[in-house]
Amino acid sequence: MQQVVKRIIFYAAALGIWEAIVKLLNIKAVVFPAPSDIFQALWNGFADLTLVYDLLASFQRLAIGLVIALILGTVLGVVFAKSKVIDDTIGSLILPLQSVPSIVWLPLAIIWFGLNEKAIIFIVVLGGTLVMTLNMRTGIKSVPPIYTNAARTMDYSGFSLFTHVIFPAAIPHAVTGARLAWAFGWRGLMGSELLSTGPGLGYTLKFASDFGDMALVMGIIFIIALIGILVDLVFFSRIEKKVMKKWGLLEQ
Amino acid sequence: MSVQIAHISKTFQHHGVSQTVLDQIDLTVQKGEFVSILGPSGCGKSTLLTIVAGLTAPTSGKVLVNGKEIKGPGSDRGVVFQQAALFPWLTVEENVMFPLKKKMPKEEAKKKAHEYLAMVQLSQYAKHSPHELSGGMQQRVSIARALAMDPEVLLMDEPFGALDEQTRSRLHEVLEKIWIDTKKTILFVTHSIQEALKLSDRIIVMGTRPGRIIDEIEVSFPRPRDEFRKQLAEYEERIQKLLKSEIDKVVKEEESYAAGR
Repeated sequence: MQQVVKRIIFYAAALGIWEAIVKLLNIKAVVFPAPSDIFQALWNGFADLTLVYDLLASFQRLAIGLVIALILGTVLGVVFAKSKVIDDTIGSLILPLQSVPSIVWLPLAIIWFGLNEKAIIFIVVLGGTLVMTLNMRTGIKSVPPIYTNAARTMDYSGFSLFTHVIFPAAIPHAVTGARLAWAFGWRGLMGSELLSTGPGLGYTLKFASDFGDMALVMGIIFIIALIGILVDLVFFSRIEKKVMKKWGLLEQ
Repeated sequence: MSVQIAHISKTFQHHGVSQTVLDQIDLTVQKGEFVSILGPSGCGKSTLLTIVAGLTAPTSGKVLVNGKEIKGPGSDRGVVFQQAALFPWLTVEENVMFPLKKKMPKEEAKKKAHEYLAMVQLSQYAKHSPHELSGGMQQRVSIARALAMDPEVLLMDEPFGALDEQTRSRLHEVLEKIWIDTKKTILFVTHSIQEALKLSDRIIVMGTRPGRIIDEIEVSFPRPRDEFRKQLAEYEERIQKLLKSEIDKVVKEEESYAAGR
């Protein structure tokens, strides 16, 4: 409780000082908007529904991209974990690819798919798939041998061993992979929307910037941060904690 | 005859040096017999058990169960490991049903699982997750799971080694009762002399470097053996002496190795 109180006081004070400085020094909103300008811009955006449509469009792309990324990443991770030949060859590509921000592929994606939904979704898929693959591979490879040994003494082998023991044992890693896939996908989505046509949060941000509406730019940055935190805290952190606890990986 | 271990040897390659862990082990366990394998750490007793379980292949020799050579693990030999090895994503009940799932309809498997959970006195924990149970309870579930597939033989690899004294002694009683009720053949690996004396019909004492059988001791007191403490203490002393010379040998080897460097 203490912590919450401290934070509320801190944020209230920070916003108050920010507002005061901007107003006292008479800084123009186009250079540095005050909190009240940002609030007004967001209010207008939601009132005329543009931000609502933006959010819906962005989430739709993200959802499609993430579903593809999670499926693809899971399959690839399993293949790499199970086949040493494929892991030593194609698998060695994953890490270098992962160190490239997915957004830099946008120029190529635009040539391949055109400046449309597909190009953006491609960037989201790329950002999410690689981390999912890496985590899934680690998950499958680090299944405790005691589980597989125990299952083998109970007549499980081959495919049934995989579906009943190895895959479920890897789920904690898969959850971490999904969480990271969301984070990377979200970044890729915002980046590629900046360079695309609307609607979409990133597109509206670029649009506002072209018209010098810095209050809306900062407002959208706040929304992006807020969504990032909310999805992580409300959704992924909870699932991860639950799974870790159930799988006995968390000390009580 | 139930389990026959015939001329089993096991050699591991370690950094190009081959090390003989088990040297020509011969042992026959009769049907319904409770046999303990006792030895200091490093004598290969656990390796021997995993070979009988079919999880490790011997370098030479073979294992026969009811006269048939084993070719890998199988549900004719239930294994209880030192860690309970329960699957955390399943409930206690589902864990015990795990070996039955492929062999019978779900309802039947469930009924059977509950029978064995009752045998280890954990019926009221059927819906719990393994992580909600204490170490001793988890090991009881693990025993129920191994029994549920109705194996010919129960192989136990220091199953109570990680538990505290009181829990262990309680589980000895549970296991003794199960053994009397089900008449399973049990091969039990332990490093505790008292545990072996309390539970077994016969104790196989193993020496180390290389792992081999150095003595076999018949224990023919009726159960429960609490009233034979005095006689058991004599046995204990005798085994202690046997093992001491083995441990001294290892210490001497290590000292001469350290001196030679």
